[in-house]
Amino acid sequence: MNIIVCIKQVPETTEVRINPETNTLIREGVKSIINPFDMYAIEEGVRLKEKFGGKVTVLTMGPPQAEAALREAISMGADEGRLVCDRAFAGSDTWATSYTLSGAIKRIGAFDLIICGKQASDGDTAQVGPGISTHLDIPQVTYVKKIEEATEKSMRVERMMEEGFEIIETPLPALITVVKEINEPRLPSLKGMMRAKSAKITTYAQKDLDLDPQSIGLCGSPTQVVKIFTPPQRTGGQMLQGEVPEIAAKLVDLIKDEVH
Amino acid sequence: MDYLFTDEQKMIKELAHKIAEEKIRPVAAKYDISEEYPWDVIKVIADSDMFGLFIPEEYGGLGVSITNLCLATEEFSRACGGIAVCYAASALGTIPIMLFGNEEQKKKYLPDLAKGKKVAAFGITEPEAGSDASAIKTTAKKEGNHYILNGLKHFITNGGDAETYVVIAMTDKTRGARGASAFIVEKGTHGFTFGKKEDKFGIRASSTRELVFQDCKIPAENLLSKEGMGFIVTMRTFDMSRPGVAAQALGIAQGALELAVKYAKERQQFGKSISSFQGIQWMLADMATEIEAARALIYSCARAIDAGCKDVSKESAMAKMYASDVAMKVTVDALQIFGGYGYMKDYPIEKYVRDAKITQIYEGTNQIQRNIIGLQLIREMAK
Repeated sequence: MNIIVCIKQVPETTEVRINPETNTLIREGVKSIINPFDMYAIEEGVRLKEKFGGKVTVLTMGPPQAEAALREAISMGADEGRLVCDRAFAGSDTWATSYTLSGAIKRIGAFDLIICGKQASDGDTAQVGPGISTHLDIPQVTYVKKIEEATEKSMRVERMMEEGFEIIETPLPALITVVKEINEPRLPSLKGMMRAKSAKITTYAQKDLDLDPQSIGLCGSPTQVVKIFTPPQRTGGQMLQGEVPEIAAKLVDLIKDEVH
Repeated sequence: MDYLFTDEQKMIKELAHKIAEEKIRPVAAKYDISEEYPWDVIKVIADSDMFGLFIPEEYGGLGVSITNLCLATEEFSRACGGIAVCYAASALGTIPIMLFGNEEQKKKYLPDLAKGKKVAAFGITEPEAGSDASAIKTTAKKEGNHYILNGLKHFITNGGDAETYVVIAMTDKTRGARGASAFIVEKGTHGFTFGKKEDKFGIRASSTRELVFQDCKIPAENLLSKEGMGFIVTMRTFDMSRPGVAAQALGIAQGALELAVKYAKERQQFGKSISSFQGIQWMLADMATEIEAARALIYSCARAIDAGCKDVSKESAMAKMYASDVAMKVTVDALQIFGGYGYMKDYPIEKYVRDAKITQIYEGTNQIQRNIIGLQLIREMAK
């Protein structure tokens, strides 16, 4: 089974700081990691390979340093890494990103399954996975929490819902996005880390991919980020001091004032 | 301090650190209470290739390196000295096969040990033969193509959970220490059973059991090296494994120091953090300095072994003795910094004191280490 796992490098923090002037994320001083949800995608890909044979190719789009994320995936058992990297792709929204990645996937060649994490921890859009399947015109199943049965031709999966789950059968090739309930990602092995260190990462620039120049990067992105901001922190409130009966009386007065 | 480790060694340290933080620390207290063998963690360590760190590549390992073994052991021990010793004791059972095994023995046993599919153990200690290893009573009598083992080993780390055992038994009692031989015994061999599991003060995640041999018949080809080589096998093995025990002590000390610094910063008394008091700072400074000195000694010794230096008994004894004495002192001081809270089992620090103590005792008490160092000094002077 030939599997492509799409991953993203994200800042290792849940509280991303924003530059208020440029409306962009402040990345300086923040360590980059593989998007946590993508770790489950890598693990599931490696497990399927161990069961069916074949190959796992990890794919990411990003700056040159995103190569580190591909190497980490290789240390966990993926076979090859492909980095989509070109200034021309800068400013891509989820539509342009999924279009560009679908172009890279066509370039990689025949595949049976594409696996993505359900969403990235920085943007939280959950759109790139479904976008890729749309551009490639293949079936998609999002929020997969279990692969019940897989053959070379089809797959039956459990799709997580708010209450319970759906069982969906899809022909292959298809794209799935996975949730954290699907597995427990392994730690890398030393042999994997050594292989990752020397692995050759193929980079795709705009010229390597068959893409419409109007549909990539900032100009191919219908989404415009008008404003991005951190919600103001709540102000301190009022501390009442003194003995308990005294505080209670004050509190009652304050509530009464508020009501009137 | 920068020890100028190679990229590969940094990788080992990084991965061992990750395993320690993500897989060992969260379960350390659980196994300390339950005393179960931590098979789930052993599997993670095995899958990470760490069991192959000191085994030659031709037998499925990553190459012989005591430095690498020490790096992994130090990192694991920072999180739990008990789980770390399950790993290090397997190395102790593997090293004699690596050093003295013939080609068939190495091919038969090392690949599974390198992959962590099996865990090993080393058995020399008996109820009446601790520091005085020449008092061993277990016998191995040759009968045709077999040896018949009879006797009792006790305090054997990984006993009962290991699959592969290297056991020292007397083949010729009349020759004293020169009448001892080393044998490979597999779990499941008829006549080889396990006695009681010890209820220990520390390193409670590791198993310690008696090995019982009652007319245990093993093939003659399980003899390691030659008859009469038992003590040479033991001494050469200990020379290589002692830096590993030292690294265990070092990791325990380092882990305790980190907890103490963190606690000292958090704990408020007299309106400020206790880390602002010079009394606390001086304690922490002494702890950190002694730990660094131990680390420098251990990795110098490990590098000497890896570089092929033959006469390392004195240095490896120094590393083991010094690091374990430091671990005992540092853990006690770390608990002192925690004050009354440190004495309570709700806090992790008392376990470090309990885990540290054994490092002054096993693989040769620190008094025996001093004997080794002293004798070597006199020998060197006589040259």
